[in-house]
Amino acid sequence: MGEMEQLRKEAESLKDEITAARKAVNDASLQDTVSGTAVVGRVQLKTRKTLRGHLAKIYAMHWSTDSKLCVSASQDGKLIVWDSHTTNKVNAIPLKSSWVMTCAYAPSGNMVACGGLDNMCSIYNLKAKDGNVKVMRELAAHTGYLSCCRFLSDSEIITSSGDCTCVLWDIETGTQKTVFAGHLGDCMSLAVSPDFKTFISGACDSTAKLWDIREGQCRQTFGGHESDINAIAFFPNGNAVITGSDDATCKLYDLRADQELITYQDSSIMCGVTSIAPSLSGRLILAGYDDFNCNIWDSLKSERVGVLAGHDNRVSCIGVTADGMACCTGSWDSFLKIWN
Amino acid sequence: MSNNSANSNNLVIAQKAVKQLRLEASVRRIKVSQAAADLKTFCLQNAHKDPLLMGVPSSDNPFRPPKSCSLF
Repeated sequence: MGEMEQLRKEAESLKDEITAARKAVNDASLQDTVSGTAVVGRVQLKTRKTLRGHLAKIYAMHWSTDSKLCVSASQDGKLIVWDSHTTNKVNAIPLKSSWVMTCAYAPSGNMVACGGLDNMCSIYNLKAKDGNVKVMRELAAHTGYLSCCRFLSDSEIITSSGDCTCVLWDIETGTQKTVFAGHLGDCMSLAVSPDFKTFISGACDSTAKLWDIREGQCRQTFGGHESDINAIAFFPNGNAVITGSDDATCKLYDLRADQELITYQDSSIMCGVTSIAPSLSGRLILAGYDDFNCNIWDSLKSERVGVLAGHDNRVSCIGVTADGMACCTGSWDSFLKIWN
Repeated sequence: MSNNSANSNNLVIAQKAVKQLRLEASVRRIKVSQAAADLKTFCLQNAHKDPLLMGVPSSDNPFRPPKSCSLF
Protein backbone atom coordinates (compact mmCIF):
# COMPACT_ATOMS: atom_id res chain seq x y z
CA MET A 1 0.00 0.00 0.00
CA GLY A 2 1.94 3.01 -1.27
CA GLU A 3 -0.43 5.51 0.31
CA MET A 4 -0.34 3.90 3.77
CA GLU A 5 3.47 3.99 3.77
CA GLN A 6 3.36 7.64 2.69
CA LEU A 7 0.92 8.53 5.46
CA ARG A 8 3.00 6.67 8.05
CA LYS A 9 6.11 8.60 6.96
CA GLU A 10 4.20 11.88 7.10
CA ALA A 11 2.93 11.07 10.62
CA GLU A 12 6.47 10.30 11.83
CA SER A 13 7.81 13.48 10.28
CA LEU A 14 5.05 15.56 11.92
CA LYS A 15 5.78 13.99 15.31
CA ASP A 16 9.46 14.92 14.85
CA GLU A 17 8.38 18.44 13.87
CA ILE A 18 6.37 18.79 17.11
CA THR A 19 9.27 17.49 19.21
CA ALA A 20 11.65 19.96 17.52
CA ALA A 21 9.22 22.89 17.90
CA ARG A 22 8.84 22.14 21.63
CA LYS A 23 12.60 21.92 22.01
CA ALA A 24 13.06 25.22 20.17
CA VAL A 25 11.10 27.14 22.84
CA ASN A 26 12.64 25.24 25.72
CA ASP A 27 15.05 28.05 26.61
CA ALA A 28 14.96 27.61 30.39
CA SER A 29 13.51 25.25 32.96
CA LEU A 30 10.94 26.00 35.64
CA GLN A 31 13.68 25.08 38.13
CA ASP A 32 15.91 27.88 36.76
CA THR A 33 13.08 30.41 36.95
CA VAL A 34 12.31 29.64 40.60
CA SER A 35 15.89 29.13 41.81
CA GLY A 36 15.57 32.31 43.89
CA THR A 37 12.17 31.37 45.35
CA ALA A 38 12.08 29.70 48.75
CA VAL A 39 10.30 26.38 49.24
CA VAL A 40 6.96 26.73 50.99
CA GLY A 41 7.18 25.94 54.73
CA ARG A 42 5.80 22.67 56.03
CA VAL A 43 2.04 22.52 55.42
CA GLN A 44 0.15 20.83 58.23
CA LEU A 45 -3.55 20.49 57.56
CA LYS A 46 -5.83 18.99 60.16
CA THR A 47 -9.01 17.00 59.71
CA ARG A 48 -11.80 19.38 60.66
CA LYS A 49 -14.75 17.18 59.76
CA THR A 50 -15.31 13.52 58.95
CA LEU A 51 -18.37 12.77 56.82
CA ARG A 52 -19.70 9.39 57.87
CA GLY A 53 -22.58 7.58 56.23
CA HIS A 54 -21.48 5.64 53.18
CA LEU A 55 -21.37 1.87 53.65
CA ALA A 56 -18.82 1.02 50.98
CA LYS A 57 -15.89 2.46 49.00
CA ILE A 58 -16.20 6.08 47.96
CA TYR A 59 -15.18 6.55 44.34
CA ALA A 60 -15.78 10.23 43.72
CA MET A 61 -16.63 13.57 45.28
CA HIS A 62 -17.24 17.06 43.92
CA TRP A 63 -17.70 20.39 45.69
CA SER A 64 -20.59 22.70 44.93
CA THR A 65 -19.51 26.19 43.84
CA ASP A 66 -20.84 27.50 47.20
CA SER A 67 -17.85 25.84 48.94
CA LYS A 68 -20.22 24.38 51.56
CA LEU A 69 -22.20 21.56 49.95
CA CYS A 70 -20.54 18.61 48.27
CA VAL A 71 -21.66 15.38 46.63
CA SER A 72 -20.04 11.96 47.03
CA ALA A 73 -20.61 8.66 45.23
CA SER A 74 -20.10 5.24 46.74
CA GLN A 75 -20.50 1.70 45.56
CA ASP A 76 -23.04 1.27 48.32
CA GLY A 77 -25.32 2.59 45.59
CA LYS A 78 -25.83 6.08 46.98
CA LEU A 79 -25.08 9.66 46.09
CA ILE A 80 -24.96 11.77 49.25
CA VAL A 81 -25.13 15.56 49.24
CA TRP A 82 -23.45 16.82 52.42
CA ASP A 83 -23.43 20.13 54.25
CA SER A 84 -19.71 20.05 55.05
CA HIS A 85 -20.01 22.72 57.78
CA THR A 86 -22.50 20.73 59.86
CA THR A 87 -21.75 17.23 58.44
CA ASN A 88 -25.50 16.84 57.87
CA LYS A 89 -26.72 14.83 54.91
CA VAL A 90 -28.86 17.10 52.76
CA ASN A 91 -29.84 14.37 50.32
CA ALA A 92 -29.23 10.61 50.16
CA ILE A 93 -30.04 9.55 46.61
CA PRO A 94 -30.42 5.82 45.89
CA LEU A 95 -28.96 4.85 42.52
CA LYS A 96 -30.30 2.33 40.00
CA SER A 97 -26.80 1.01 39.48
CA SER A 98 -24.45 0.77 42.45
CA TRP A 99 -21.36 0.57 40.23
CA VAL A 100 -20.79 4.29 40.29
CA MET A 101 -17.38 5.75 39.39
CA THR A 102 -17.97 9.48 39.18
CA CYS A 103 -20.22 12.30 40.37
CA ALA A 104 -20.52 16.01 39.68
CA TYR A 105 -22.28 19.08 41.09
CA ALA A 106 -23.73 21.59 38.60
CA PRO A 107 -22.30 25.12 39.02
CA SER A 108 -25.84 26.38 39.72
CA GLY A 109 -26.31 23.90 42.56
CA ASN A 110 -29.56 22.70 40.96
CA MET A 111 -28.37 19.30 39.78
CA VAL A 112 -25.94 16.47 40.40
CA ALA A 113 -24.85 13.76 38.00
CA CYS A 114 -23.23 10.36 38.30
CA GLY A 115 -22.34 7.30 36.27
CA GLY A 116 -20.14 4.23 36.13
CA LEU A 117 -20.29 0.66 34.87
CA ASP A 118 -23.82 1.24 33.59
CA ASN A 119 -22.17 3.31 30.78
CA MET A 120 -24.68 6.09 31.43
CA CYS A 121 -24.62 9.54 32.96
CA SER A 122 -27.69 10.06 35.16
CA ILE A 123 -28.73 13.62 35.94
CA TYR A 124 -30.68 14.31 39.16
CA ASN A 125 -32.73 17.45 39.85
CA LEU A 126 -32.12 18.56 43.44
CA LYS A 127 -34.67 21.36 43.30
CA ALA A 128 -37.86 19.58 42.17
CA LYS A 129 -41.02 21.33 43.39
CA ASP A 130 -42.25 18.33 45.40
CA GLY A 131 -38.93 18.09 47.23
CA ASN A 132 -38.14 14.60 45.97
CA VAL A 133 -34.84 14.11 44.20
CA LYS A 134 -35.32 12.05 41.09
CA VAL A 135 -33.62 11.19 37.81
CA MET A 136 -34.10 13.96 35.27
CA ARG A 137 -32.23 12.42 32.34
CA GLU A 138 -30.27 9.30 31.58
CA LEU A 139 -27.58 10.08 29.00
CA ALA A 140 -26.89 6.81 27.23
CA ALA A 141 -24.65 6.31 24.20
CA HIS A 142 -21.22 5.49 25.57
CA THR A 143 -20.13 1.92 24.88
CA GLY A 144 -17.85 1.86 27.90
CA TYR A 145 -17.93 2.84 31.58
CA LEU A 146 -18.41 6.45 32.63
CA SER A 147 -15.19 7.51 34.33
CA CYS A 148 -15.87 11.22 34.86
CA CYS A 149 -18.46 13.93 34.20
CA ARG A 150 -18.51 17.72 34.61
CA PHE A 151 -21.37 20.19 34.07
CA LEU A 152 -20.82 23.24 31.86
CA SER A 153 -24.24 24.57 32.91
CA ASP A 154 -27.71 23.21 33.73
CA SER A 155 -28.11 22.33 30.05
CA GLU A 156 -24.74 20.86 29.10
CA ILE A 157 -22.45 18.24 30.57
CA ILE A 158 -19.21 16.63 29.40
CA THR A 159 -18.47 12.96 30.08
CA SER A 160 -15.38 10.78 29.68
CA SER A 161 -15.59 7.05 29.09
CA GLY A 162 -13.82 3.71 28.96
CA ASP A 163 -14.86 3.67 25.28
CA CYS A 164 -11.94 6.13 24.69
CA THR A 165 -14.17 9.11 23.90
CA CYS A 166 -15.47 12.18 25.69
CA VAL A 167 -18.91 13.55 24.85
CA LEU A 168 -20.66 16.91 25.18
CA TRP A 169 -24.37 16.32 25.90
CA ASP A 170 -27.49 18.45 25.63
CA ILE A 171 -29.20 17.57 28.92
CA GLU A 172 -32.62 18.85 27.79
CA THR A 173 -32.87 16.50 24.80
CA GLY A 174 -30.58 13.81 26.19
CA THR A 175 -28.58 13.77 22.97
CA GLN A 176 -24.87 13.93 22.10
CA LYS A 177 -23.84 17.33 20.74
CA THR A 178 -20.19 16.50 20.13
CA VAL A 179 -18.05 13.38 20.37
CA PHE A 180 -14.38 14.01 21.17
CA ALA A 181 -12.48 11.05 19.73
CA GLY A 182 -8.73 10.63 19.56
CA HIS A 183 -7.51 8.92 22.72
CA LEU A 184 -6.15 5.42 22.16
CA GLY A 185 -7.07 4.18 25.61
CA ASP A 186 -9.86 4.48 28.20
CA CYS A 187 -10.50 8.11 29.16
CA MET A 188 -10.16 8.25 32.93
CA SER A 189 -10.67 11.86 33.92
CA LEU A 190 -11.59 15.29 32.63
CA ALA A 191 -11.48 18.90 33.79
CA VAL A 192 -13.10 22.04 32.34
CA SER A 193 -11.07 25.25 31.91
CA PRO A 194 -11.92 28.25 34.11
CA ASP A 195 -13.29 30.07 31.03
CA PHE A 196 -15.44 27.04 29.98
CA LYS A 197 -14.04 27.15 26.43
CA THR A 198 -11.82 24.08 26.62
CA PHE A 199 -11.46 20.90 28.63
CA ILE A 200 -8.66 18.42 29.21
CA SER A 201 -8.84 14.64 29.39
CA GLY A 202 -6.40 12.07 30.80
CA ALA A 203 -6.41 8.52 29.49
CA CYS A 204 -4.95 5.04 29.70
CA ASP A 205 -2.88 5.80 26.59
CA SER A 206 -0.66 7.87 28.98
CA THR A 207 -1.57 11.14 27.27
CA ALA A 208 -3.55 14.22 28.20
CA LYS A 209 -5.47 16.05 25.47
CA LEU A 210 -6.74 19.63 25.34
CA TRP A 211 -10.07 19.95 23.48
CA ASP A 212 -11.84 23.01 22.07
CA ILE A 213 -15.44 22.51 23.24
CA ARG A 214 -17.22 24.44 20.45
CA GLU A 215 -14.92 23.38 17.57
CA GLY A 216 -14.97 19.77 18.79
CA GLN A 217 -11.26 19.40 18.10
CA CYS A 218 -8.22 18.22 19.98
CA ARG A 219 -5.81 21.17 20.03
CA GLN A 220 -2.86 19.68 21.88
CA THR A 221 -1.65 16.28 23.13
CA PHE A 222 0.76 15.88 26.04
CA GLY A 223 2.84 12.75 26.59
CA GLY A 224 5.57 11.80 29.02
CA HIS A 225 3.71 9.67 31.54
CA GLU A 226 4.64 6.00 31.51
CA SER A 227 1.25 4.69 32.48
CA ASP A 228 -2.46 5.52 32.76
CA ILE A 229 -3.35 9.09 33.69
CA ASN A 230 -6.01 8.74 36.41
CA ALA A 231 -6.47 12.33 37.43
CA ILE A 232 -6.30 15.70 35.75
CA ALA A 233 -6.97 19.31 36.74
CA PHE A 234 -6.42 22.83 35.46
CA PHE A 235 -3.94 25.07 37.18
CA PRO A 236 -6.00 28.02 38.55
CA ASN A 237 -4.78 30.50 35.90
CA GLY A 238 -6.06 28.22 33.13
CA ASN A 239 -2.66 28.15 31.39
CA ALA A 240 -1.38 24.86 32.76
CA VAL A 241 -2.60 21.37 33.46
CA ILE A 242 -1.65 18.97 36.26
CA THR A 243 -1.93 15.20 35.89
CA GLY A 244 -1.64 12.20 38.22
CA SER A 245 -0.68 8.77 36.92
CA ASP A 246 -0.26 5.10 37.74
CA ASP A 247 3.46 5.70 37.11
CA ALA A 248 3.54 7.26 40.63
CA THR A 249 4.23 10.77 39.35
CA CYS A 250 2.31 13.97 38.80
CA LYS A 251 3.25 16.35 36.01
CA LEU A 252 2.60 19.97 35.16
CA TYR A 253 2.19 20.80 31.46
CA ASP A 254 2.09 24.40 30.26
CA LEU A 255 -0.53 24.91 27.52
CA ARG A 256 1.12 27.94 25.91
CA ALA A 257 4.61 26.39 25.79
CA ASP A 258 2.99 23.11 24.72
CA GLN A 259 5.16 20.95 26.99
CA GLU A 260 5.83 19.45 30.38
CA LEU A 261 7.49 21.88 32.79
CA ILE A 262 7.95 19.71 35.85
CA THR A 263 7.43 16.23 37.32
CA TYR A 264 6.46 15.69 40.95
CA GLN A 265 8.07 12.47 42.06
CA ASP A 266 10.00 10.88 44.88
CA SER A 267 11.86 7.57 44.89
CA SER A 268 9.96 6.59 48.03
CA ILE A 269 6.62 6.87 46.23
CA MET A 270 5.93 3.74 44.23
CA CYS A 271 2.17 3.66 44.02
CA GLY A 272 -0.28 5.24 41.62
CA VAL A 273 -1.84 8.68 41.90
CA THR A 274 -5.63 8.50 42.03
CA SER A 275 -6.69 12.12 42.36
CA ILE A 276 -5.30 15.63 42.12
CA ALA A 277 -6.32 19.20 42.98
CA PRO A 278 -4.50 22.55 43.13
CA SER A 279 -4.88 25.05 45.98
CA LEU A 280 -6.39 28.46 45.16
CA SER A 281 -3.09 30.09 44.13
CA GLY A 282 -1.80 26.90 42.52
CA ARG A 283 1.26 26.94 44.79
CA LEU A 284 0.16 23.72 46.46
CA ILE A 285 -0.79 20.57 44.60
CA LEU A 286 -2.69 17.99 46.62
CA ALA A 287 -2.54 14.47 45.23
CA GLY A 288 -4.18 11.30 46.52
CA TYR A 289 -2.30 8.01 46.23
CA ASP A 290 -3.00 4.27 46.39
CA ASP A 291 -0.94 4.04 49.63
CA PHE A 292 -3.80 5.65 51.62
CA ASN A 293 -2.08 9.06 51.81
CA CYS A 294 -2.35 12.38 50.15
CA ASN A 295 0.88 14.27 49.41
CA ILE A 296 1.07 18.04 49.26
CA TRP A 297 3.60 19.36 46.73
CA ASP A 298 5.11 22.83 46.33
CA SER A 299 4.14 23.21 42.66
CA LEU A 300 7.03 25.56 41.80
CA LYS A 301 9.86 23.86 43.72
CA SER A 302 8.62 20.30 43.18
CA GLU A 303 9.17 19.33 46.81
CA ARG A 304 6.83 17.48 49.12
CA VAL A 305 5.76 19.90 51.83
CA GLY A 306 3.04 17.98 53.61
CA VAL A 307 1.06 14.79 53.98
CA LEU A 308 -2.62 14.18 54.75
CA ALA A 309 -2.62 10.92 56.63
CA GLY A 310 -5.86 9.76 58.10
CA HIS A 311 -7.55 7.31 55.82
CA ASP A 312 -7.45 3.54 56.31
CA ASN A 313 -7.61 2.75 52.63
CA ARG A 314 -6.89 4.23 49.21
CA VAL A 315 -7.67 7.94 48.74
CA SER A 316 -9.86 7.81 45.63
CA CYS A 317 -10.86 11.44 45.22
CA ILE A 318 -9.89 14.90 46.31
CA GLY A 319 -11.31 18.37 45.82
CA VAL A 320 -10.50 21.90 46.93
CA THR A 321 -13.38 24.36 47.49
CA ALA A 322 -13.83 27.24 45.03
CA ASP A 323 -12.92 29.72 47.79
CA GLY A 324 -9.82 27.66 48.60
CA MET A 325 -10.78 27.31 52.28
CA ALA A 326 -10.61 23.54 52.55
CA CYS A 327 -9.89 20.33 50.77
CA CYS A 328 -11.94 17.15 50.93
CA THR A 329 -10.56 13.63 50.54
CA GLY A 330 -12.74 10.60 49.85
CA SER A 331 -11.55 7.07 50.44
CA TRP A 332 -12.22 3.40 49.95
CA ASP A 333 -12.51 3.35 53.77
CA SER A 334 -16.02 4.88 53.18
CA PHE A 335 -15.25 8.23 54.82
CA LEU A 336 -14.76 11.75 53.53
CA LYS A 337 -12.51 14.09 55.45
CA ILE A 338 -12.41 17.88 55.30
CA TRP A 339 -8.98 19.42 55.94
CA ASN A 340 -7.56 22.89 56.39
CA MET B 1 -13.70 -8.18 -0.16
CA SER B 2 -13.36 -7.72 3.61
CA ASN B 3 -9.62 -7.21 3.21
CA ASN B 4 -10.23 -4.29 0.88
CA SER B 5 -12.69 -2.60 3.21
CA ALA B 6 -10.31 -3.12 6.15
CA ASN B 7 -7.53 -1.55 4.09
CA SER B 8 -9.62 1.49 3.15
CA ASN B 9 -10.69 1.82 6.80
CA ASN B 10 -7.03 1.84 7.89
CA LEU B 11 -6.36 4.46 5.23
CA VAL B 12 -9.08 6.73 6.60
CA ILE B 13 -7.72 6.30 10.13
CA ALA B 14 -4.19 7.12 8.95
CA GLN B 15 -5.42 10.19 7.06
CA LYS B 16 -7.25 11.45 10.18
CA ALA B 17 -4.13 10.87 12.30
CA VAL B 18 -1.99 12.91 9.90
CA LYS B 19 -4.60 15.70 9.78
CA GLN B 20 -4.65 15.82 13.60
CA LEU B 21 -0.85 15.88 13.83
CA ARG B 22 -0.74 18.76 11.30
CA LEU B 23 -3.15 20.70 13.53
CA GLU B 24 -1.10 20.03 16.68
CA ALA B 25 2.16 20.90 14.92
CA SER B 26 0.76 24.31 13.93
CA VAL B 27 0.14 25.43 17.54
CA ARG B 28 1.74 28.77 18.46
CA ARG B 29 4.20 28.19 21.30
CA ILE B 30 5.65 30.68 23.77
CA LYS B 31 9.06 30.29 25.37
CA VAL B 32 9.29 28.10 28.46
CA SER B 33 11.07 30.95 30.30
CA GLN B 34 7.99 33.14 29.71
CA ALA B 35 5.55 30.37 30.69
CA ALA B 36 7.52 29.56 33.84
CA ALA B 37 7.80 33.23 34.81
CA ASP B 38 4.03 33.68 34.41
CA LEU B 39 3.32 30.62 36.58
CA LYS B 40 5.69 31.88 39.27
CA THR B 41 4.14 35.37 39.18
CA PHE B 42 0.61 33.97 39.43
CA CYS B 43 1.49 31.81 42.44
CA LEU B 44 3.33 34.56 44.29
CA GLN B 45 0.70 37.23 43.56
CA ASN B 46 -2.14 35.02 44.81
CA ALA B 47 -0.32 33.42 47.73
CA HIS B 48 -1.72 35.81 50.33
CA LYS B 49 -5.30 34.84 49.46
CA ASP B 50 -4.63 31.09 49.45
CA PRO B 51 -6.14 29.80 52.74
CA LEU B 52 -4.50 26.37 52.57
CA LEU B 53 -1.12 28.01 52.08
CA MET B 54 -1.50 30.83 54.62
CA GLY B 55 -3.48 28.93 57.22
CA VAL B 56 -7.01 29.77 58.32
CA PRO B 57 -7.48 31.56 61.67
CA SER B 58 -9.99 29.60 63.79
CA SER B 59 -12.28 32.61 64.03
CA ASP B 60 -12.68 32.63 60.24
CA ASN B 61 -12.77 28.88 59.77
CA PRO B 62 -16.30 27.72 58.82
CA PHE B 63 -15.25 24.14 59.54
CA ARG B 64 -14.32 24.90 63.13
CA PRO B 65 -17.00 25.85 65.61
CA PRO B 66 -16.35 29.15 67.48
CA LYS B 67 -14.71 28.75 70.90
CA SER B 68 -17.50 30.33 72.90
CA CYS B 69 -20.61 28.34 73.74
CA SER B 70 -23.92 29.72 74.83
CA LEU B 71 -25.78 27.77 77.45
CA PHE B 72 -29.49 28.32 77.57
